[in-house]
Amino acid sequence: MRRILSILLENEPGSLSRIVGLFSQRAFNIESLTVAPTEDNSLSRITIATSGDDRVLEQIVKQVNKLIDVIKITDLTERDHVEREIILIKVLAMNDKARTEIKRITDIFRGSIVDIGKQVYTVELTGNAEKINAFIKTLAYETEIIESVRSGSVGIARGEKALRI
Amino acid sequence: MANETFTGAEMVVKALSALDVKYVFGYPGGSVLDIYDAIFQQQDVAHILVRHEQAATHMADGYSRATGEVGVVLATSGPGATNCVTGIATAYMDSIPMVVLAGQVPTNLIGDDAFQETDIVGCSRPIVKHSFNCRSLEDIPNVIAKAFYIAKSGRPGPVVVELPKDILIPQHKAEFHIEKQIKMRSYNPTKKGHPKQIRKAVNAITQAKRLVVYSGGGVILADAADLLTELVEQLNAPCTNTLMGLGGIPGTHKNFIGMLGMHGSLEANKAMANADVILALGARFDDRVTNNVKKFCPNATIVHVDIDPTSISKTINAHIPVVGLIDVVLKQLLTELKEKQYQPDEQANSSWWQQINEWRSMKSISYEQGEGKIKPQRVVEAMYKITNGEAYVCSDVGQHQMFAAQYYPFDKPRQWINSGGLGTMGFGLPAAMGVKLAFPDSHVICITGDGSIQMNIQELSTCLQYQLPVVIISLNNRSLGMVRQWQDMIYDGRHSSSYMESLPDFVALAEAYGHVGIQINDLNELDSKLEQAFSIKNRLVFVDVLVDELEHVYPMQIRHGAVDDMWLGKGVKA
Repeated sequence: MRRILSILLENEPGSLSRIVGLFSQRAFNIESLTVAPTEDNSLSRITIATSGDDRVLEQIVKQVNKLIDVIKITDLTERDHVEREIILIKVLAMNDKARTEIKRITDIFRGSIVDIGKQVYTVELTGNAEKINAFIKTLAYETEIIESVRSGSVGIARGEKALRI
Repeated sequence: MANETFTGAEMVVKALSALDVKYVFGYPGGSVLDIYDAIFQQQDVAHILVRHEQAATHMADGYSRATGEVGVVLATSGPGATNCVTGIATAYMDSIPMVVLAGQVPTNLIGDDAFQETDIVGCSRPIVKHSFNCRSLEDIPNVIAKAFYIAKSGRPGPVVVELPKDILIPQHKAEFHIEKQIKMRSYNPTKKGHPKQIRKAVNAITQAKRLVVYSGGGVILADAADLLTELVEQLNAPCTNTLMGLGGIPGTHKNFIGMLGMHGSLEANKAMANADVILALGARFDDRVTNNVKKFCPNATIVHVDIDPTSISKTINAHIPVVGLIDVVLKQLLTELKEKQYQPDEQANSSWWQQINEWRSMKSISYEQGEGKIKPQRVVEAMYKITNGEAYVCSDVGQHQMFAAQYYPFDKPRQWINSGGLGTMGFGLPAAMGVKLAFPDSHVICITGDGSIQMNIQELSTCLQYQLPVVIISLNNRSLGMVRQWQDMIYDGRHSSSYMESLPDFVALAEAYGHVGIQINDLNELDSKLEQAFSIKNRLVFVDVLVDELEHVYPMQIRHGAVDDMWLGKGVKA
C-alpha cells in the first residue's frame, strides 16, 4: 500500500543522507522524496512517498524516529490530508491541432502553459500523484512528450493537526 | 583579566577529562598530531597505543563492556579511521557505548581527495548511533559532550566525531565551555514503561501457566541483573539468557535453564516452544535465537520489554510491548506484582518445572572425553574450575565461543564479553586487554582459536608495552572449526578453505613478543599446565591447546525448523 510520510528534522549537514541511507540500508522503498527548510530555518521537512504492508511501515516509522536528527514523523495516509505534486512537462506543439488540444487538456486539468518555443509548449500542473499521472497519459494520446520533471509529493494534514515542535 | 583560551586539540583532551575519561585507545597520524601533542602535556587522560586501529575499537569496547563506561577511540584520518569500521560495527550490533574521535584533513581540502582523506562519517553512517562533523573550534567541547550523552543514553551505541585538522592547530584558540546537562529537542529517550502496559504485562505474567523469562544483553547494559534475578525468583519462573545476556541471572542459579537459540540448551529451547507466556527483557528475537520465525512459539503471548521501539515486533510480533529502560521497567514490574500480592499458581508452576526437569535430564550440554585427544569442552571446564568461575572471559568467534558460553556458567553480569551480534573474529584479544586494563587484579581470559587469534595477534606487542597479562587460551583445532562444522553438516564434508595450513608455532610466537608460551597436547597434562598458566601473574601466557579437530558444537538447531528442532549430536535429533 502507498503511504505518505511527513518528517520534521534538524536542518543539519548530513541529516538527509541519514534518512536516504536508512531506506536503502533496510531495503525500504522510496517512490519519491522532497525536502526543504521550513519557515524556521533550523528545521527541515521531508515528505516521502513509500509503500509496504503494515509491518514494514511500522518499522519504517520506528527506524526513522530513532535517528537522532529526527524530531517527528507522521503517516499522513492514516488521516485526511492534502497531497500535492508539481510537474513541468515539455511537449511537441507542431501544428494548430496539437496546440489546441494541449491548451484544452491543460485547461481541463487546470494547469497552465508557462513557456512556448517554436515547436514546443511547457506546461505546469499541480495536483496529487493520481491527477498528474492522468494528465501525462492524456497528453501522451495527443502529442509527443519531450521531457518532464516531477517534484515528488508534499503533504500536510487537514484541519487542526500539525507537525511542529 | 581575559579568560583563558585553548587550542582545539587542547579542548578535545580537556573535554575528555571533564567527562571523566581515563583511557583513550588509539594510534597517531598526521591529522591528529595536535591532539597527541596535547595528550603528551597532561596527566588526566592516558593514551594506550595499539598496533592496529581495529584493536583500539575492540579494546575500548571490552573496557566499556566490563566497566559500563563509554569506550573512547582516537584515530587519524583516512586509513586510521577506516580501520575502525569493523570495531564500530561490532559495538553497534551489541549496543556498546563508544565515542570514536577521527581526524580529518583540513576543512579547505575536504572533498579534494587529499592525502589520507576519507569520508568517515559517510563510511560509518549505517553502523553508528549518530555522528558529528565538527566544523568549528568553539563547538568541540559540546560536540564531544553530546557524543558521550548519545553514546550512553537510551539504547547505547557508537558515535563518531570527525575533527578536521584546521580546528585543532595551535594557531587558533578559543575559550572552553562545556555543558554539564545535555538537552536535545530531537533526542529524548523514553525511560519509564507506560503504566497501562506494565499492568497488562503483569496480568499476562501472573495468569501464565508455562512462563519463560527470556533475557538478553539489555539486562547487562542496564545493570539490571539483580532485579532480573529478583523477578525470576518471585515468579519462580525458568529463565533463559541469550548469548549476549549470559550473567543476567547467575549461571548456577536453580531457575537458570541455559542459553537458548542455535547452540542453546534443549531445555531452554523446549521451554520457549512450549511456553504460554514469554517475557522478553532486553532481547531482540535475533535469527540465531528464533530459527524459523514462522514456526516460532506460535502459542505464546509475547511480552516484550526493550528500550528500543524498533526492536519490538521487528521479527516476532509482540502482543504486549513495553518501551523503557530495563532496570526501570523491572522495578515497575516488581512494584506492580507486590501491589497485586501475587503468589505463583503452585500446581501449574510445579508441573511446568517437572516438564522442564525432564528436558534437563537429557543433559543436552554434554560431551564424552575418552582417552584420546583433548576435547575443547574439557578445556573450558578446566578453566572454569581453576578460576572458580570468577574470571572475565573474553571470546573470539567460532566453536570456542559457543563452548565457552555453554560450559562456563557466569554468575555475574559483564563477566562474559563477546561479539554476539556482528560475530567479529579478532575481537577477543583486544577486548580482553581493555578488560585487564580496567581490572588488573582479576583473571582475564581470552578464549580463542587458531583462526581468530591471528586476526589481531599483533596486539601481543601492546600487551607487553602496557603490562597486560591476560591469559590466552587457544583451542587449536588446526582448522576454522565452525566453518568446518557447517561444511560437515551442510556441504557433505567439502572443507573448502577451512583449514589453517602452515600455522605458526604459537609458543615461539608468544615468546618472540616477550610473553610466556605453553603448549598442551596431552590430556593428562591439561589441568596442571592450565594451573601453571593461571599462576603466572605478571606475564601474559599464551596457552596453545591442541584439541580434537573433529568435535562439533551441539546441541544445534536444525535449519529452517522451529526453535526446539535440534541436533543433540552427530545424526541425533531431539
